[in-house]
Amino acid sequence: MSEARRTLFARLRQLYARPPEEEQRARETIAAHLADREPNLLPARARVAGAEAVALFERMARRVQTDVERVAARSEVVRTVARYLRYHGVPQRLRLAPHPLLEEAGFAEQSLMTVARGAADPSDPVGVTVAEAGIAETGTLMLCSSPQCPTLLAFLPETSIVLLPTAQVVGSYEEAWQLLRARYGQPPRSVNFITGPSRTGDIAQKITLGAHGPRRLLVILVEERDAA
Amino acid sequence: MEVASLHFRDRARRALADARLQQALAVVRAGWQDTRARAIRELPEFDELRDIAREIRDHVLAHLDLYLELFEARAREAGAVVHYARDAEEARRIVLELLEARNARRVTKSKSMVCEEIGLAEAIESAGMTRVETDLGEYIIQLANEPPSHLIGPAVHVTQERIAELFAHHHGTSPGDSPEDLVAEARRVLRQRYLEADAGITGANFLVAESGSIITVTNEGNAELTQGLPRLHIVVASIEKLVPRMEDAFTLLRLLARSATGQEFSAYTTVVTGPKREGDLDGPEAMHLVLVDNGRSNLLAGRLRPILRCIRCGACMNHCPVYLAVGGHAYGWVYVGPMGAVLTPHFVGIERAYPLPEASTFCGRCEEVCPVRIPLPELMRYWREEAWRRQLASALARRALALWAFVARRPRLYRMLADLATRTLARLAGRRRRFRRLPFAGGWTAARDLPAPEGGTFLTHHRRARRR
Repeated sequence: MSEARRTLFARLRQLYARPPEEEQRARETIAAHLADREPNLLPARARVAGAEAVALFERMARRVQTDVERVAARSEVVRTVARYLRYHGVPQRLRLAPHPLLEEAGFAEQSLMTVARGAADPSDPVGVTVAEAGIAETGTLMLCSSPQCPTLLAFLPETSIVLLPTAQVVGSYEEAWQLLRARYGQPPRSVNFITGPSRTGDIAQKITLGAHGPRRLLVILVEERDAA
Repeated sequence: MEVASLHFRDRARRALADARLQQALAVVRAGWQDTRARAIRELPEFDELRDIAREIRDHVLAHLDLYLELFEARAREAGAVVHYARDAEEARRIVLELLEARNARRVTKSKSMVCEEIGLAEAIESAGMTRVETDLGEYIIQLANEPPSHLIGPAVHVTQERIAELFAHHHGTSPGDSPEDLVAEARRVLRQRYLEADAGITGANFLVAESGSIITVTNEGNAELTQGLPRLHIVVASIEKLVPRMEDAFTLLRLLARSATGQEFSAYTTVVTGPKREGDLDGPEAMHLVLVDNGRSNLLAGRLRPILRCIRCGACMNHCPVYLAVGGHAYGWVYVGPMGAVLTPHFVGIERAYPLPEASTFCGRCEEVCPVRIPLPELMRYWREEAWRRQLASALARRALALWAFVARRPRLYRMLADLATRTLARLAGRRRRFRRLPFAGGWTAARDLPAPEGGTFLTHHRRARRR
């Protein structure tokens, strides 16, 4: 261990100067706190579930300039994407996360789209990926890095499209994190909470979209029950 | 960064006369105060969350050794390398060694106050490497070669026209000067810098003990590109940033954006745990964490401990009548506004910063809006006492205060003098019943008239009323 580490810890221990029994108690206190998975306080707004949560998610997401589309089945995803890109005059050139949900969406059969898979390339105009959860209280997406979901797909391209199965919309950040714990134990390398497209207020305090990350963000809510 | 806090008065005077700065500060006043108020109206639990937030921060500050130990172990398990730095010099050396070991030439950096505090930017450049700030505000002040003037809006003092000039000068292009044009131009230029960077440096808004994760919060998405594109990610974070669990981080995050910009949540909150994993398609190959003390363990030991609760939201400055009048640069160092008036004397020494805790009317707005309820006026008072004890105030001020103390401790003398002064002033005021100019009070009467006292002191009235 480094000299700096030794000095710092010695300094902290000297400062707290806990006698042995108190040290024991302090360790028990923090162990109990860490084992407790209860949220501290959930705002009333976040205590929603099911269709109500999806509706709140949509409303809050729109408030921060996220575009939201609902589709009843994964087979409608491709059409929705094509229409959105056409509307915004964005080239139909997509980079997809190698995720099962996207594999099954039928992008491969599209002759008018150029489709690539894998990590984002700086020249990609459009990135399509899948969210692990949606959080209703602020219209926030939770994306988890994995071999199936490269992180930068949601950051490098100017247009970011994220699929979100409605079954995975929860009320609060805490519930989303519980889903993550249940699924992965320790968190994946990168967990991105995304609330609207990239923005800055650094020029004349005027909110401008597309600072470094996406200029536009489309969330496609997939209402299929077994979409996950 | 050179410490110029002793020149607060001169700098404040210049700031007051600077029309462009005043225009920018008016926007802060109108913008961030209102948006925060609106966000809080929409979250009825805000005050209750503040109480919990204060408890979380105090709990961590009472067990920093234990949480630090746990954080370090978990971060290691996730594959990150943990370093400790006792002071600014050691922190700079560790970062430079990491960069040099990988032959890094080009470094991108997202906004980090502790990096400003330890003077990392200058160190990187002195070592012959290129540094590019990726937060748009930081990038602008890097081009302007100025220090930040606000915690979350470092370039809040730079007008749109000046930004257009800076871009034209440094990029050799003229992109147009609407905010949209300028943002697009910055995006184009910085995109290239991200891609060619050998290393990315970020700070951390929080360190999560249970998982060894770091949390970054941005609106631009620059922290993610800074840490996600190069091979090496270095995190510089101060030790008090710890929170026990993600649940605790979420409580603080609910307060952070609302207190800062009045957003309900910032656009990007990212939790990073270690470097790229087996099978991952992107992410840095190595992640190093540099945990900086730089005097924080001293703060922990004394009366200033509550300042370590600070989550760097900037609400105290957005609501400070002094900050809003003079801006950040008047404070003369990295940390500005009320939190800066408490932190700067600690980092640079009270003898080099004693005007800062004086630069307050003690109106208490800062404490009122602080999401973790830091008693900022009380902490500034601590420094005033310290400055007094060390006889740092001018001889005149000290003599005047000593005289005041002498009189204030003798009620009968005080009453007699107050009575005399009231009557004398009333008589001297003449028919206008106000003073345009007063000897020894030129500072006060320069901008307004002093109304003459009328009808005797409060105690005279009180006594008369009782007799009736």
